[in-house]
Amino acid sequence: MELAELRAIAEREQQRRKPICLRCCMAAGCLSSDARTVKERLEQAIAEAGLQDKVEVRGVGCLRLCSQGPLVQVDPDGTYYANVTPETAPAVIAALAGSGDGEAPAPRTIEPDHPFFARQMPVVLENSGRVDPERIESYIAAGGYQALYHVLHEMTPAEVIDAITRSGLRGRGGAGYPTGLKWATVAKASGERKFVVCNGDEGDPGAFMDRSVLESDPHRILEGMAIAAYAVGATQGYAYVRGEYPLAIRRLELAIRQAKRYGLLGSQIFDTAFDFRVDIRIGAGAFVCGEETALIASIEGQRGTPRPRPPYPAQRGLWGCPTLINNVETFANIVPIIRNGPEWFSGIGAAKSAGTKVFALAGKIRNTGLIEVPMGMTLRTIVEDLGGGTPDGTPVKAVQTGGPSGGCIPATLFDTPVDYESLAQIGSIMGSGGMIVMDEQTSMVDVAHYFMEFCMDESCGKCIPCRVGTVQMERLLSKIRAGQADREDLERLRELCLMVKATSLCGLGQSAPNPVLSTLRYFPEEYEALLVSRQ
Amino acid sequence: MSGPTTAVKQKQAAHPSGDNRFRILEATMKRHQHQPAALIEVLHKAQELFGYLSDDLLLNIAHSLKLPPSRVYGVATFYHFFTLAPQGEHTCVVCLGTACYVKGAAALLAAIEREAGVKAGGTTADNRLSLLTARCLGACGIAPAVVFDGTVAGQQTPETALERVKGWLEDGTR
Repeated sequence: MELAELRAIAEREQQRRKPICLRCCMAAGCLSSDARTVKERLEQAIAEAGLQDKVEVRGVGCLRLCSQGPLVQVDPDGTYYANVTPETAPAVIAALAGSGDGEAPAPRTIEPDHPFFARQMPVVLENSGRVDPERIESYIAAGGYQALYHVLHEMTPAEVIDAITRSGLRGRGGAGYPTGLKWATVAKASGERKFVVCNGDEGDPGAFMDRSVLESDPHRILEGMAIAAYAVGATQGYAYVRGEYPLAIRRLELAIRQAKRYGLLGSQIFDTAFDFRVDIRIGAGAFVCGEETALIASIEGQRGTPRPRPPYPAQRGLWGCPTLINNVETFANIVPIIRNGPEWFSGIGAAKSAGTKVFALAGKIRNTGLIEVPMGMTLRTIVEDLGGGTPDGTPVKAVQTGGPSGGCIPATLFDTPVDYESLAQIGSIMGSGGMIVMDEQTSMVDVAHYFMEFCMDESCGKCIPCRVGTVQMERLLSKIRAGQADREDLERLRELCLMVKATSLCGLGQSAPNPVLSTLRYFPEEYEALLVSRQ
Repeated sequence: MSGPTTAVKQKQAAHPSGDNRFRILEATMKRHQHQPAALIEVLHKAQELFGYLSDDLLLNIAHSLKLPPSRVYGVATFYHFFTLAPQGEHTCVVCLGTACYVKGAAALLAAIEREAGVKAGGTTADNRLSLLTARCLGACGIAPAVVFDGTVAGQQTPETALERVKGWLEDGTR
């Protein structure tokens, strides 16, 4: 493969295109509401109207407003059609042909200047909803694999790491560790073999960013991983994807096969000495495997239990070799940083949190779906402008970020900018990007109990504070919910939280008390109201 | 990958039981050169083929990958995805992710539990239906979500879910 060939593929793909393209969302959300039949009906209607030369239908990744799927977007004018059904699909074509008589029921339209779309800033998701995730040619036509070519031919590994460092990119899995620093550590570590691992074990309930990225733009992840492998000196990569995401797995498998066929993965990529292979490892349903040492154990075919760090995986990871582990979204940021330069990236977002962040906006909110916004945007803007508030217009009570490791943020703090430091300051975390909106009907004690039950089930059992502590905390919370607890129980709960947080082996246990602590901090009256007074 | 256990070539003869699924499983193990590291991949395949992981199947895998049965059993029971008991003819998986929870998944599950007369994780006595729960399907945009026989359905209410499940249960009643 040569650059000229890459460009020729892109050109052929461009020439195939018709003046008007109907982008049909083929991500998991829309597919479950019959998007495939909608796509077929659209194709049929185009044929019936004799518009094959003017209009094409393209299956694309996530169009983001998941609650109103199946979604279809018209390119070039950008209009979205929402809740399209096989019955209303022909009206979309009739409108394009100008033959709409207004009698056939037409699906609702949403203009692209709707705040849900207009206030987003797609970087990670720039191809999502535009390229066909099942065709590598579609990705190449969008400039795909040119960053990899550029890196292999014009940059040394040190220069690549320097670019990532200067961009200010931080890990998108939740902890926010500087990506450049991680890469530099792996590059410096000595080892005969090194590995690159993509962490797609998106276990936080209520988060679906990584699923959407993998389903919508799998080649972007492969290209990011290849650039990382070149930078740190690895030749083998693993993409660890949750077993609950069959579509993401299938599309990634397909992407790997296509990239191999074009020589974009494998040996001597772009006629250089760089070899890189990627294999998929399918998770088997264990939340703790999102923790990097547990994930490594799982790839090695063992129970997913974490081990103490240091040594960090960057020094001793898979089979004892230096291993770079980054989250899906982190890898998705690599290509645009290489293409547009580190200064461009660091200019986006907040001071210490450069770039954008993808959030999965869900719960009691009108516009449910995937959003990508610059870091530093306030929660209020996200919830009220993009999200449109609660469906019935009642006040929002709180937003939960970071899943079982995060906290509940009350509405009074909605002017907090969303960046790593600000969220940590108010007792939550950025997390991987799940954002669940709760209204007045949601009991915060129930939410705390829900997450504690989750952590109790998911505790791997290796360390005692987490194994025993989560069980005891769950019992205390059950007791409170049942209205049988007194003030002493509440005090004991608080003590246990601090103890488990301080003494657990890995992130699961260390952060399991967060939902309890944050609800105790901001909604103490809800706990108090459930206590029995005992003299 | 770490040093493969000296790949002993195994005969690719038909399995003595005549069950073709064992041959497919053997082929999967062969593709991974019988490396112990492939245990989870092999278990995935085995469950896909047989529906659940029986003790005999686990022993078979332990033998083929040259792993102690305790290790295979340990891994199979550690991960939620693997099931060691046979499932009913139909499966209904209620997502209990946060978004679904906030939107009433608990009531949904309770309604199905009442109707089917089994608790989450159980299978009806007539073996018609297994009722399961999921941590999060990542289908939060269409919460609450339920998976009926592998097909995700969004924006469910107790009524819509019961309608699907009732059909399966009634079929089974004599």
